[in-house]
Amino acid sequence: MSSFKNFKKSALILALATTLAACGDNDSNEPDQVVAPTPAPTATSYEFNVTVSNLTAGQPFSPVAVIAHHEGTLWQIGSPSSVALETMAEGGDNSQLLTFENGIANASSEGPVGPGANTTITITTDTLEVLKLSLATMMVNTNDGFTGLSAVDVSTLAVGESIMRTTVAYDAGTEANTEAAGTLPGPVDGGEGFNEARDDVDFVARHPGVVTNEDGLSSSVLSPEHKFDNPLAKVVITRTQ
Amino acid sequence: MKASTLTIATLLAAASQSTMAAELDLKITNLTQGIHFTPVLITAHDSEDKLFEVATEASTALQTMAEGGNIAELVAQATAAGSDMAANPAEGLLAPTVSAMATLTTSDGNEYLSVAAMLLPTNDGFVGLDSWKIPTEAGTYTVFLNAYDAGTEQNNELVVEGSGAPGTPGIPAAPGGNAGTGGAGLTSTDSNINIHIHPGNLGDDDLTAGNSDLSNTVHRWLNPVAKLTVTVK
Repeated sequence: MSSFKNFKKSALILALATTLAACGDNDSNEPDQVVAPTPAPTATSYEFNVTVSNLTAGQPFSPVAVIAHHEGTLWQIGSPSSVALETMAEGGDNSQLLTFENGIANASSEGPVGPGANTTITITTDTLEVLKLSLATMMVNTNDGFTGLSAVDVSTLAVGESIMRTTVAYDAGTEANTEAAGTLPGPVDGGEGFNEARDDVDFVARHPGVVTNEDGLSSSVLSPEHKFDNPLAKVVITRTQ
Repeated sequence: MKASTLTIATLLAAASQSTMAAELDLKITNLTQGIHFTPVLITAHDSEDKLFEVATEASTALQTMAEGGNIAELVAQATAAGSDMAANPAEGLLAPTVSAMATLTTSDGNEYLSVAAMLLPTNDGFVGLDSWKIPTEAGTYTVFLNAYDAGTEQNNELVVEGSGAPGTPGIPAAPGGNAGTGGAGLTSTDSNINIHIHPGNLGDDDLTAGNSDLSNTVHRWLNPVAKLTVTVK
């Protein structure tokens, strides 16, 4: 029970000792003495592996954004999307979202994650206290559908410990779900991604699902295999350091 | 700080009890309006011998269950692995909203529960649970289960007698009725050959023609499709 506390304490003492040693070096006029005291960077560095599996039949995920933060959320049900979220949800470009104002660290998967595939993203922070992880990715064969996790508390995870979560589908509410040719950036269409117009409800909500051309929306370029149901992804967060 | 010490304490408690056998009362409820479950298989197993894993390819045994409702191969596999199981607690089909009960005594080391049963009428849809950790603390726990697609057969939505064998396209039966005939067959470009969340039946409103033999007002569902109630004694 107290071993964790003790570990923290000793880490702190170690850090202090290093600082004191460093001060000593500065005060003394013997530069030769800088026999680099083995740095203890692991004591203040926390690392998480985030593995995301795409559980959909036919909705590739855009590059997955992972953001570490203490407060705030990337989206809020009932509130308008930020432009950064809109940009990701309409076009799959997560570059703005990664610079979330409350973020203290961020990482992105190298590329999109296809149906049935998975990817592991590593994120490193220098703090653990009240640490949250959020992640977001677009279902690219939709107008503005996305999935992700909002502010998952990872501050109590021990090294080697994992938590598993599944994600649900959200609609950014910034683009009408026309499913029309030219409006979907995914491989089914290769259409437009982000545009600044907001011709939908302008609030984030749970996604109602896609209709497809076989189900009464004749102008849809989507087929039954693009339909999805919750959950969309399986996410395993493992603290590795 | 409180939370972290609690986590450690929980871990220690779990570690010290991890090899203990458990007595479980199980109840599985079909939550759907119009989908039947074929014989349900519930296993208690170690961290390795699960029935399936999402985003990986289905085993032949799982495929056999998902395409035709036959759990014999899964049972054989689980037996060989030393899993404990409750096989076919409903003694046949589990109809919409009906529950089946079972008791299960788990052996040392079998700390996880998995569930699988085919969904009818679907091509290769199944209700599943992968490796739910059995709590060591006595109490009643509720787990909701989702519908998966084994990824082994195209969802053509045609009811074809005798199509339950792996590799024979078609839905072997529609026990709830309301299915049609004469569909042309849905053509799907679903290329996800791994186990994934089922995109759902489509159906159509023409029971003698159209693409699908299923009804678009009867044979759909949304997750979750089942509820598992576990009482740890």
